[in-house]
Amino acid sequence: MSVTDLGMPAFPAAAARSTRDTRLRANLRHATHTIRDKRARAVGELGDWAQLRAAGRAVKDRTLRHLDHYLERLEEAVTAAGGQVHWAADAAEANRIVTRLVRATGEREVVKVKSMATQEIGLNEALAEAGISAYETDLAELIVQLGKDRPSHILVPAIHRNRAEIRDIFRSEMGDWGRPAPDGLSDRPAELAEAARLHLREKFLRAKVGISGANFMVAETGTLVVVESEGNGRMCLTLPETLISVVGIEKVVPTWQDLEVFLQLLPRSSTAERMNPYTSMWTGTTDGDGPQTFHLVLLDNGRTDTLADTVGRQALRCIRCSACLNVCPVYERAGGHAYGSAYPGPIGAILTPQLRGTASELDASLPYASSLCGACYEVCPVAIDIPEVLVHLRERVVEGGKVTRGGVKTVIRPAKGHAAERAAMRAAGFAFGRPGLLRAGQRLAARTRKLHPRRLPGPGRAWTDTRDLPPVPAESFRDWWQRTRGGEQGGGRQESGQ
Amino acid sequence: MSSRDVVLARVRRALTDVPRAAGPEETAVPRDYLRAHGDRSAEDTARLLAENLADYRAVVHDTHAAGLPGLLAHLLGERGSRSVVVPPGLPPEWLADCDIEVVPDAPETTPDALDAIDSVVTGCAVAIAETGTIVLDAGPDQGRRRITLVPDHHICVVRVPEQVVASVPQALARLAPGHPLTWISGPSATSDIELDRVEGVHGPRTLEVVLMTP
Repeated sequence: MSVTDLGMPAFPAAAARSTRDTRLRANLRHATHTIRDKRARAVGELGDWAQLRAAGRAVKDRTLRHLDHYLERLEEAVTAAGGQVHWAADAAEANRIVTRLVRATGEREVVKVKSMATQEIGLNEALAEAGISAYETDLAELIVQLGKDRPSHILVPAIHRNRAEIRDIFRSEMGDWGRPAPDGLSDRPAELAEAARLHLREKFLRAKVGISGANFMVAETGTLVVVESEGNGRMCLTLPETLISVVGIEKVVPTWQDLEVFLQLLPRSSTAERMNPYTSMWTGTTDGDGPQTFHLVLLDNGRTDTLADTVGRQALRCIRCSACLNVCPVYERAGGHAYGSAYPGPIGAILTPQLRGTASELDASLPYASSLCGACYEVCPVAIDIPEVLVHLRERVVEGGKVTRGGVKTVIRPAKGHAAERAAMRAAGFAFGRPGLLRAGQRLAARTRKLHPRRLPGPGRAWTDTRDLPPVPAESFRDWWQRTRGGEQGGGRQESGQ
Repeated sequence: MSSRDVVLARVRRALTDVPRAAGPEETAVPRDYLRAHGDRSAEDTARLLAENLADYRAVVHDTHAAGLPGLLAHLLGERGSRSVVVPPGLPPEWLADCDIEVVPDAPETTPDALDAIDSVVTGCAVAIAETGTIVLDAGPDQGRRRITLVPDHHICVVRVPEQVVASVPQALARLAPGHPLTWISGPSATSDIELDRVEGVHGPRTLEVVLMTP
């Protein structure tokens, strides 16, 4: 998927490191708990939340099940409104298209409004290789870019940084990119935001090319929608002469009316606001107002492979609100970097291995980056059953099977390192099917319990590296039942009716 | 084969489980959510708009049409604005009482020139009470998108009651998708630093909304 994740460790190794970082954990805990409490209040204001959620889910399902139809309609509508539509099968192609379009303008720098899609394809790096500077203009993205860091949250990418760290980054790095930080910059958020305003304003006012993603694209009208708070989005979308939007093909919705569902679901779920400060909508180009050249790059990059999986397909409903991150006990402790992808947290754990496949150790480990507690499903505004997809992907990792990769149906082998687990499960299945054998085994295990190690040796070690081995009780349930109730009638299988 | 054909062919192969004959209608969309949350009089709707705007730190004023020129002159004067940019279709009488430089917006105005202007005064297309949002659709009294973005102070006049709706669904039904639309809920803000909300990053730091009754 992205070029930035090469050599990323598997989730358990990365998480083991980040969970020892007490400052990171404190920053994360403060942030996730604050948003999740606010979100619950914002959602509670709408008595029809359940109906909106069902509608959001259904609209997205309809779109996905007839995606070809809606993409063709979208292309038609955008073209009719004066835009140019490009199709990119993968990240490399999308980067080539955007690089070519920027070069054609003769410009060497572009301003960017935060976009998950361009992060996913590593666009900034690709542009840098072509000698084009891409400036991130969302405050958090600016913090990440100046700090030569990676984003760790979908909504607040610099969630892992506190104000003192941000001040240090601004002081030491802003001068290399443009206007330096003001002398004596303190760590007050208002002062830091002001420093970002001054630093970026000179870029906004001279920018000739803007690059964005989009939250929604309306097939019926060809309208693109970007929601944001700071106004950097409006700057990038309206001041440049050329606008290039890179958008995943799953972001299309059928009709103008459908926006009434998502513009209620998204702000309350993500920033816990009734409405985000700014929403921009544009349809192609408008004479004399905003960019006079508009390019839409429709990105596949694994989305059609995801679509081919009838269980995993629902991940494409995601509207990137990040509510699932904020309630996830695993994300709260491990942080966003451990997921090794533009998409962290529970949604990342199901989206990334589908977009990229499970060939790498990291991607094969992501379906396990969860306690399956189900909180993510509860808060998801489009009702993605994340636990269901996690279990489905675990099965694929362990058992292998039929998948679509790069548009081609193929059969993958079980991931490495899961042979012992598979053997153990097969043995368990064998024993559970033979009550006599199971009973004998349990008695043997109970009698030897003093000799049991805390960690499994050999191939079982991978299992106990991340889990505690439960102590074997002195007596099995069957033995206990036999001893205490053995003489009673009905023997436990029968309901007594009382 | 073009990439367009590649992607569309992949989509179709991925969807072999979907009945093609039925068309998109095979997935029903339940629309039993509410068109508005609560049953309010026009007056109460306007009051809710004012409350929600204020909750997002917009400064809200009430006036009658006759009082508007005086109020605008007062607001611009109070802030010490020396120049104000206006869209071409703004009723000229609105700024009749102001004695500051009035700059009509023009396509050749550069972003730098706009940056030197203190304030902007516009009308709006519709305002949404439940969310505290004003929507601009680039109509004659709102102008191009950049004029409400670059100056640091935006005064938006909402005609009450005809421009006020209760909810997002009601607002969308009134808007034309072909126009560039800007939805504004309070001034520019960020919560990117330890989730402390700070007003004023790149858009106007001050948003004043005037609710004008006839």
